Amino acid sequence: MTIHFIVHEQGDSVGTVVVEGVKAGDTLTGWVMEQDTTIEVKTLEDVPIGHKIALRKLQNGDTVIKYGADIGRTVAPIERGAYLHVHNVKTKRW
Amino acid sequence: MPADLSTAVFRGYRRANGRIGVRNHVIILPVDDISNAAAEAVAANIQGTLALPHPYGRLQFGADLDLHFRTLIGTGANPNVAAAVVIGIEPGWTRRVVDGIAATGKPVEGFWIELNGDHATILNASRKAKEFVHYATALEREEAPLRDLWVSTKCGESDTTSGCGANPTVGNAFDKLYPHGVTLCFGETTELTGGEQLVAARCRTPAVRERFMFMFNRYQEVINRWKTSDLSESQPTKGNIAGGLTTIEEKALGNIQKIGRLCRVDGVLDKAETPAGPGLWFMDSSSAAAEMVTLCAAAGYVVHLFPTGQGNVIGNPILPVVKLCANPRTVRTMSEHIDVDVSALLRRELTLDQAGDRLLECLFATAGGRWTAAEVLGHREFVLTRLYESA
Repeated sequence: MTIHFIVHEQGDSVGTVVVEGVKAGDTLTGWVMEQDTTIEVKTLEDVPIGHKIALRKLQNGDTVIKYGADIGRTVAPIERGAYLHVHNVKTKRW
Repeated sequence: MPADLSTAVFRGYRRANGRIGVRNHVIILPVDDISNAAAEAVAANIQGTLALPHPYGRLQFGADLDLHFRTLIGTGANPNVAAAVVIGIEPGWTRRVVDGIAATGKPVEGFWIELNGDHATILNASRKAKEFVHYATALEREEAPLRDLWVSTKCGESDTTSGCGANPTVGNAFDKLYPHGVTLCFGETTELTGGEQLVAARCRTPAVRERFMFMFNRYQEVINRWKTSDLSESQPTKGNIAGGLTTIEEKALGNIQKIGRLCRVDGVLDKAETPAGPGLWFMDSSSAAAEMVTLCAAAGYVVHLFPTGQGNVIGNPILPVVKLCANPRTVRTMSEHIDVDVSALLRRELTLDQAGDRLLECLFATAGGRWTAAEVLGHREFVLTRLYESA
């Protein structure tokens, strides 16, 4: 089975795309590393390798979870399967 | 790689102070910027020597000057260095560096340019450098136990694959080395921002934790004093962001995968400070690759593990830098820079345990004398950390 994205831990709000050429509308298989399970998500946008997709719907101001930990806050609402990066997520530090 | 790490050995150069080097350099070390030309001329005259030019060493004062001396002396004292020729503009600070290196018992001699000029200095220093090369090339490697290996780590041009592939691979290797009394090091103070509590929780004693948080908070104050933005494009870097890392917190959580899951933080070092015993040490340091690796070399580490995502090409003149990468695109487009390809981790075709073993195999080969990609490609970034302006 081809792994398209990885998730560090169950409960993370994001997955990291680990293959090149992911296009909007693709159905992707994700590997949850800590629990060693797989999940599926349909992407809403093209996502470059190494970049993140939302695994659940997030409201503006929500905390984003990766590695089971806080990696920042959203600055816009984000749909499940949407591309998540510096345009819609910011640090809570500095 | 040895099947049983508890009886593992490597072959290195035993120095007078008992430390074991994995390289055998004769360095020509300038004390200051204006002695670079003479140092480089000596290195051009004498085969088998290596000049370490740098832009500093004049009118520094206080803690910044202390760090300058600690870094230069530490570099000369590093067991990967067989002998050192030191060249400065005047005798005072030159002797200070020479005396610091001489404490290790290795051959070192200083030369100064004032009242001599470049010509006489280059001639005299070249004669001594030639002697040192004969001395160094007559030395032979001998067997040493694994605990005599000092290994540092720092990642660079990280991306999201660093946090799920290359960094956990270093963590796995560190977890395997740690029980055997290897002296280990990690640092990158600002790059723990968002994961500092996880590192604090791994500190062995409350005193170590307090010292770690002191270093962490000290560096946060530097950021807060000088910042004009949220540091986007600096920390995370442009390359980090291009690689998919969004915030410093995300970068930090990926970064700390390098200290594995079992290692405890046994102590805290100031920049370029030498650890007092085995275990995992946190060194307060810049997160810029060449600065941090230069500080590790000055602290006495002899091999460096460097995970990258987007493809940082760094090397160090005296410290072999082993690069590993889990990003399949980087491994494809920059293969000449990558010593250990762990991209199969992300395809679920390689376990973390196997990836860690693959890295250890490369570590042993490197310690035994095999050149890393950075060495073959001539990467010799020697970058001194400055704390503030000159007087």
